[in-house]
Amino acid sequence: MIGQANEATPRAAKDGAAGSPLVCVKDLSVIFDAGRAGFWGRKRLQVHAVEKVSFDIHPGETLGLVGESGSGKSTTGRAILGRVPVSSGTIYFQGKEITHAGKERVRALSRHMQLVFQDPYASLNPRMKIVDIVAEPLLVHGLVKNTKEAAGEVAQLLELVGLPPDAGARYPHAFSGGQRQRVGIARALALKPQFIVADEPVSALDVSIRAQVVNLMQDLQARFGLAYLFIAHDLAVVRHISHRIAIMYAGNIVELADRHLIYESPVHPYTKALLSAVPVPDPPVQRARQRITCPGEAPNPMDPPSGCRFQSRCPYVTQTCRDTAPVLTSRRPGQTAACWNC
Amino acid sequence: MNDCQNTPLLEVRNLVVNFYTRGGVVQASRGVSFQVAHGQTLGIVGESGSGKSVAVQAVMGLISNPGRIEGGDILFRGRSLLDPAGRKFVRKVRGKEIAMIFQDPMTSLNPVFTIGTQITEVLRHHLGMTRDQARKRAMDLLGLVDINAPEKRLKQYPYEMSGGMRQRVMIAMALACEPRLIIADEPTTALDVTIQAQILELLADLQQRLEVSVILITHDLGVVAQLCHRVAVMYAGRIVEVGDADQVFASPVHPYTKGLIRATPRLDVVTERMVSIDGVPPDLISPPQGCAFSPRCDQAKNDCLRSQTLTPLGDDRHVSCWCAIKGDTR
Repeated sequence: MIGQANEATPRAAKDGAAGSPLVCVKDLSVIFDAGRAGFWGRKRLQVHAVEKVSFDIHPGETLGLVGESGSGKSTTGRAILGRVPVSSGTIYFQGKEITHAGKERVRALSRHMQLVFQDPYASLNPRMKIVDIVAEPLLVHGLVKNTKEAAGEVAQLLELVGLPPDAGARYPHAFSGGQRQRVGIARALALKPQFIVADEPVSALDVSIRAQVVNLMQDLQARFGLAYLFIAHDLAVVRHISHRIAIMYAGNIVELADRHLIYESPVHPYTKALLSAVPVPDPPVQRARQRITCPGEAPNPMDPPSGCRFQSRCPYVTQTCRDTAPVLTSRRPGQTAACWNC
Repeated sequence: MNDCQNTPLLEVRNLVVNFYTRGGVVQASRGVSFQVAHGQTLGIVGESGSGKSVAVQAVMGLISNPGRIEGGDILFRGRSLLDPAGRKFVRKVRGKEIAMIFQDPMTSLNPVFTIGTQITEVLRHHLGMTRDQARKRAMDLLGLVDINAPEKRLKQYPYEMSGGMRQRVMIAMALACEPRLIIADEPTTALDVTIQAQILELLADLQQRLEVSVILITHDLGVVAQLCHRVAVMYAGRIVEVGDADQVFASPVHPYTKGLIRATPRLDVVTERMVSIDGVPPDLISPPQGCAFSPRCDQAKNDCLRSQTLTPLGDDRHVSCWCAIKGDTR
């Protein structure tokens, strides 16, 4: 099972160089303890958040990680950054294993990999000035002695993300959601990382603002060769920003492919259902579209079914699906899917 | 607008709602007018803070301190819902003839009562049913919204159900008194796409079968495209464009509508760069003079500082834009 994702022949996105991947995730599983139940608490409850997930991310590439709530997409991102304990599997960054990196190591690594949060209201300390927020990573890593020393750098960063020069002296409440997200991006860029996990960075923003932030992220990528793990549930936004897309369902990656292949010729029944469920903002087109239904809801992560996790909703389910979980296998160049029947 | 002979089911006229906050008076609704005909689905789209929820909360009588309705009128079947003399009529209508579905089904269902108790309460209060009658009807209603094993479900508490299931219960409760108008305020925003698709299909199916009118509040143009006959676009407390949904999507007239449609990424179209609308929506404590969109509009000129109203622009379309009215953008 190890190395299944490599069959996807990941291509480096922009520069076309098929060098070594920046981030390599192999058979990652994350299981959370959820307390005990039953008589005398004899039964241990475990949430199988992520199970046997494998993928690579190359320098300058955006991998879109799409899934519904509870599919494990955020947990995957956080596991890479060392923010949740990994149960099994390995994670490599620049060829070095970082799976069980200790506190010090995670701190050192955070110079190279950063996180942009979903909620721009909750992720900025309301009692800190913007300049302090953006300078904080520099301080933490001892690159500057105090905020004053960082002033020049912070001004550059604020300009880079399109905020006015006087923004630094103000507090988060003075900014709109879109502007706050720019602050969050500036903070993530302060240490000049190579890899950014963006966890639903535009989900909380309005349509007209969303495009501004997506464009900014693309510009920054082109300029600094950043690699993104772009976590989102909005398939239309992901289509715009990603080079490759992984579709997650109940802790598994069910399909991983170049972006045009996902949208033009999806293989996995869940991918098809997901794509057909997104309404297109054009009434005649929307009326003509056919929805591939998958009745029911995602399985309970505390008690996932054996075999394929999509079996309860899949129209093509067979006995094989109930017995054995499928793994990602190549379907055509640049496209892998985990399904027995497609 | 299109039902000239018979009165529209609901008519909102020049509605003004202000919220008196410590920071100042927030002008959430600055003269909103719209109509809903019998059996029609009206979509109200707008970004957060555009006043779309406030407009329908006024219809349901849900504006409370520090908010105040300070102007305009709301007519249901030709009778005012704001007239103090018509209190009895209002009490009869709200909750019975006009029902509401809220965004978050977790917070709008009472966590300490079973689903059964909550549905039968509506039936017994509004329709004066007995316990047994109400229970039977509640089971029918759950069947109507495609919930399996209704008998078992009636005994469950909201926490035992998934988000999609809870939203189905909310819809069943809204349908309990056979309303003529259902107001759905972002009914699928908290749900996953595959569940959203199920709920939207259910709503469309019920709307046709029961011939109710629906007002759907959303920020998602895709949802409007899927469900609505007509669409009203709101910006900064005003409706800027209203008309037949197909036509508005095919040929938007107001620059904001155009921008919104262009900024919405589409699953079926690839573009290298997303189109954004520069700037941010205005602060409603001190909204800009004249057209509120003019600071972000690339066609803005001096005319735009004069206040304007929704003006008919041929076939059912009403637009509030000086440039469009003068035919500059058409």
